[in-house]
Amino acid sequence: MAFIRRDIHISRAPQDVWDFLGDPARLHEWFPISGCRVEGTKRWIDLPTGITFEEDIHLVDHHQRRFVYSIVNNLLIKDHFGILDVVDDGHGHSIVTYSTQCTPNVLALVTAGAAGQGLANAKKILEGKN
Amino acid sequence: MGRRILFITTDQQRFDALGCNGGTIARTPNIDSLAREGINYVRAHPQNVVCMPSRSTMITGQHVATHGVWMNGVPLPEDAPSIALTLRQAGYRTALVGKAHFEPLLDPFLRFAENRMGRDGSHSELFTMPDGSVVPHRGFDHMEFAGHGAAGNLHYVGWLRANHPEVMAKFVPNLDADLEVTTEPGGDTMAPQVRTTNDIPRDWYHTDWVADRTIAWLDSMGQDDDWFCWMSFPDPHHPWDPPKSELHRVNWRDLDLPAGYVADAAERERILASKPAHWMGWYDGSFVSNYEAPLKWVPATLQADQVREINAMVHVKNELIDEAVGRVLDSIRARGWDDDVDIVFTTDHGEMQGDFGLLFKGPYHVDALMRLPLIWRPARSSGIAPATVTAPVGHVSLAATFAAIAGLPRPGYTEAPALPVDDDDARSRGFERVLTEWDSVLFGKEVGVRTIFRDNWTCSAMLPGTLHDGTEGELYDHANDPLQRVNRWDDPSVRALRDDMLADMWDNLPSPAEPRRSCDAPV
Repeated sequence: MAFIRRDIHISRAPQDVWDFLGDPARLHEWFPISGCRVEGTKRWIDLPTGITFEEDIHLVDHHQRRFVYSIVNNLLIKDHFGILDVVDDGHGHSIVTYSTQCTPNVLALVTAGAAGQGLANAKKILEGKN
Repeated sequence: MGRRILFITTDQQRFDALGCNGGTIARTPNIDSLAREGINYVRAHPQNVVCMPSRSTMITGQHVATHGVWMNGVPLPEDAPSIALTLRQAGYRTALVGKAHFEPLLDPFLRFAENRMGRDGSHSELFTMPDGSVVPHRGFDHMEFAGHGAAGNLHYVGWLRANHPEVMAKFVPNLDADLEVTTEPGGDTMAPQVRTTNDIPRDWYHTDWVADRTIAWLDSMGQDDDWFCWMSFPDPHHPWDPPKSELHRVNWRDLDLPAGYVADAAERERILASKPAHWMGWYDGSFVSNYEAPLKWVPATLQADQVREINAMVHVKNELIDEAVGRVLDSIRARGWDDDVDIVFTTDHGEMQGDFGLLFKGPYHVDALMRLPLIWRPARSSGIAPATVTAPVGHVSLAATFAAIAGLPRPGYTEAPALPVDDDDARSRGFERVLTEWDSVLFGKEVGVRTIFRDNWTCSAMLPGTLHDGTEGELYDHANDPLQRVNRWDDPSVRALRDDMLADMWDNLPSPAEPRRSCDAPV
């Protein structure tokens, strides 16, 4: 099991950031995937390589601004747990963290890379620099 | 019409692989002839001993600290300096055929241009630079990729899938079910990553494919075009699975053990114990610091016959490379270009290949990984005389060399001057030292090494990390210890030399680019 974390500062109010990143159906707007679909506590994400991941959504906590999910029923990914947090930086802006634990270990690195790009995209979008 | 440039690279090839450098097994007459007619650099080092950082130095002319690709998995930014772009802006037509690896290979999100092009079969992707100019990816008009076998988003894999799908399973898979570097045993000795049953026809093997595609691109050039072509063979990198039809060339049972292999286990372990702790840690399986070293294979289990069989496979691969080079040189001669083509041959890093009982590569700054073949056969029209250069040089000089060949001023982004044409030239232009860096962080295991080669000594300082407190190091006297078995780091009689080399190294290493970029994939 490998553990990774990526974080970014976004010069927008935490609620604004959460409204965007905390909506599981809008993942494809900032994460480097080609599409996603949500039905209840299930989400399916489509990668540009044609792979689809099935996910269980464990938590969408609008009070803590925390999103928790797992990739499930996957031949390659044996264990997965992901957390997205949006917290106040103390000055009215946001720090976003994206944490993943994953087996196989190397996929945590790949996920971290995608998360880093996704967070950078989100920052551009939310700060109006896109 | 200027001088054209054919830049030939291999992957993970030792200095002693070639006949011109003392190799006695693989027959490499075509590359040897380049050395005979040109300049053979007999002390050339990479600036890093794994692919991505090393290749990034080649294309940028920068040390690792500056281009920021500090380990495999860290992508070279798309707007990084590129000698290919500089040449293209000067009117050259540009191509890279074979292994690129400026960007991670494991990329299910298709974040990287190399993988997008390889997957959809396109040969260029436009990129908008910070100044607003729109250029082909890294300045190459044409990119066509191959790797180590039949996996990945690569043109070669697409070609196999479309034309010869039946052979795709013949190669050793690069990764196992856990996506770790495979340890699959094979051959007569059950050596890791050896397969003697790959009955792919030789013409379909990636070495020949790279040569074929290079020739096809050269054939598309106009007679008076200036061109820069980077022909990049994925071999002799593991897995060791060359075409079965070619294995008759070298019988492993006929080979002596390589000089760097220490046959006596007790002596081998005594030598390893005299080096910084990560050496023994890898050997006994207690500390795997980098993804390039298979996690599930313990070097201490390596047997002498396995070393011989792996070496035989490497020699076969090296012969195939040489013959492929010969075909490309023939095609250049047939076009009547030979007098006006500069040919530069090198590799990105070496291979332990049994030295010290180890295989593959990692933070081990010894000749097995650092001393590389580097040959520059200047265009005959240049009038540059053949020479052997003993002064230390590095890949960091390649970009400036290509610019000089094209008659361009040295690009401002490069950190080293063009290669010297002989030892007098080297002396007058200050080629006294060559520097190599290593950094890796793999799931909490951190290793950093900084190395200088000067005056026929290698001096490496360990940075503080998981196993090291920053006081450890290595110091080798190549004149009296060519196999680097005696670590003199703590020898008081050479303390002044050590301190002087370290001071020289820190004076000449660039400061690392900040912030350090993230690692986005294992490789």
